[in-house]
Amino acid sequence: MSIETASATKATVATATPAPIDTTAASLRAVYIIWYRDLLRYWRDRWRVVASLAQPLLFLVVFGSGLSSSLGGGAFGSRTGFTYIQFMYPGIIGMSILFTAIFGAMSIVWDREFGFLKEVLVAPIDRWAVAIGKALGGTTQAMIQGMILLVLAPFVGVKLSLLTILAMIPLSAVLAFGLASFGVMLASMMKSLQGFQVVMNFLMMPMFFLSGALFPLQGLPTWMTWITRLDPASYGIDPLRRVVLSDSGQAAAVDRFAMTIGGQVLPIGLEVGIMFAFGAVLLGVAVVMFQRRD
Amino acid sequence: MGEAVIQAKGLVKKYGELEAVRGIDLDVKQGEIFGFLGPNGAGKSTTISMLCTLLSPTSGTASVAGIDVVHDPARVRQRIGLVFQDPSLDDQLTGRENLEFHAFIYSVPAAKRRERIDKMLDLLQLTDRAGSQVRTYSGGMKRRLEIARGMLHEPQIMFLDEPTLGLDPQTRRNIWTHLNDLRERTGITIFMTTHYMDEAEYCDRIAIIDRGQIVALGTPDQLKAMVGGDVVTMTSTKPEEAASEIEKVLHVVPTRDDGTLRMEVPDGRKFVPRLVRELTVPVDTVSLRRPSLDDVFLKLTGRAIRDEEASTQDRMRAMASRWMGRRR
Repeated sequence: MSIETASATKATVATATPAPIDTTAASLRAVYIIWYRDLLRYWRDRWRVVASLAQPLLFLVVFGSGLSSSLGGGAFGSRTGFTYIQFMYPGIIGMSILFTAIFGAMSIVWDREFGFLKEVLVAPIDRWAVAIGKALGGTTQAMIQGMILLVLAPFVGVKLSLLTILAMIPLSAVLAFGLASFGVMLASMMKSLQGFQVVMNFLMMPMFFLSGALFPLQGLPTWMTWITRLDPASYGIDPLRRVVLSDSGQAAAVDRFAMTIGGQVLPIGLEVGIMFAFGAVLLGVAVVMFQRRD
Repeated sequence: MGEAVIQAKGLVKKYGELEAVRGIDLDVKQGEIFGFLGPNGAGKSTTISMLCTLLSPTSGTASVAGIDVVHDPARVRQRIGLVFQDPSLDDQLTGRENLEFHAFIYSVPAAKRRERIDKMLDLLQLTDRAGSQVRTYSGGMKRRLEIARGMLHEPQIMFLDEPTLGLDPQTRRNIWTHLNDLRERTGITIFMTTHYMDEAEYCDRIAIIDRGQIVALGTPDQLKAMVGGDVVTMTSTKPEEAASEIEKVLHVVPTRDDGTLRMEVPDGRKFVPRLVRELTVPVDTVSLRRPSLDDVFLKLTGRAIRDEEASTQDRMRAMASRWMGRRR
């Protein structure tokens, strides 16, 4: 660099009195770049995308085929007109969204462990930006992950119209948002990676099993019916299933799987509302947790 | 060198009963490279964290760039650049992407983003590797990238907490060359901590901190002048007898470290021949040198700064972070 440039730079620093930053605008920019970074990392980690397809496939092919034959195959079908694998398919999309959203948002814990979070927390931005940016990052990754699974539809005998696919986008977004917010809230309470195994075994797995991803949430023992209705993921997976299967059979048949409360099938709109409210409340909690200085 | 850009008065930080920082007063001038020198656990990081608004002081006041660190931390952060002791880069992103991320969260105007990133990459000689993921960088390159990132939003003051920790000597020199160069080019004020005595020589002024207090403050030459003259060390197979003889005959009280005797004398060139002539016990080796900052530290605290111990620890840390980085 030449001498002139050097002295010019010197002059700028000496006289620089940075214009006061509009913190809200700065925080919104931060939300964007935090979200963008997560997506960049997601695409860069190709193996993760490939590996994340393995588990759903294993469930559909091995678990699905095995279970439907041992159940006598037709039993499921004769009652509803659907095979077990068809039933399970939207549930597996839900599973993918569930794990990707929570893991994605919980990457905050990794960022804390490896020091990067410090770079974000000391910046002149509001901390809500971190919580929201991460929640949106997890949401987007999970949505992409769920949409990738649509390519499996023809192999499991599920018909999808364009309209159905369009309807799935907001539904998976709401499910992903609710769970990503849940993940951010968990991450805001965890100081190290140590609690991660606990979260995985005691929160994520039960949430998955009780969500209706693998079996209809009907005719269950009362205690279990209660827990499944308390599982937020149920309210995200049920509408997804109803929409995905709508092109493959009679609406009445589809409704036979639908989640009921007090014998009433819940309207999809209400389920979506519940899921969204769940996400919004937990994200609010996460924001408060982040604003307490550590 | 102009007015004070960092001022601290009676800064104290307590953790329960433990007093990590016990009343620190400081004045750092515009354009200075100010070194904060002391052994591990002396309170260096705690002090720098309070000045950077990352920790709030238990008592005392401090202002950075004329802004109170307690009352207006956000405005302080806007005007300072930080390089942390522990790595804080995203090593899955490229060097340039790390800088872009920083430019966004520090509200660097969109029109200037690219230009400033290019400039900082150039200043720290990272342009060639800007497009590679950070996990492929060497330790020195990562540090340089962190320095580039810290300067991206054109801060008035750079704070660096042990910027050369865990790096090999050659890389450490290289980082110093860059810091000096940056100061020359931009007139930025640099405040840094280190426990490497030799590095403090690069600073304009140094504060030596021990057990949470500043025990000496001045230019490296001023501090070394505190030792008074030269340092003579000698080894003998009979160090005890030699010590008592030196005290009796030459009226100097040596300090002993195993078989080595160490003396501070006003004029070493004249002292050495006398030493050799007057002693009756066998003298194995004699050496004469100008005092170093180690001698200053030893004189002030009665202890040597434990460099060996520290460097073992650093190596472990560096190793641990490499492993973690890979696992990521």
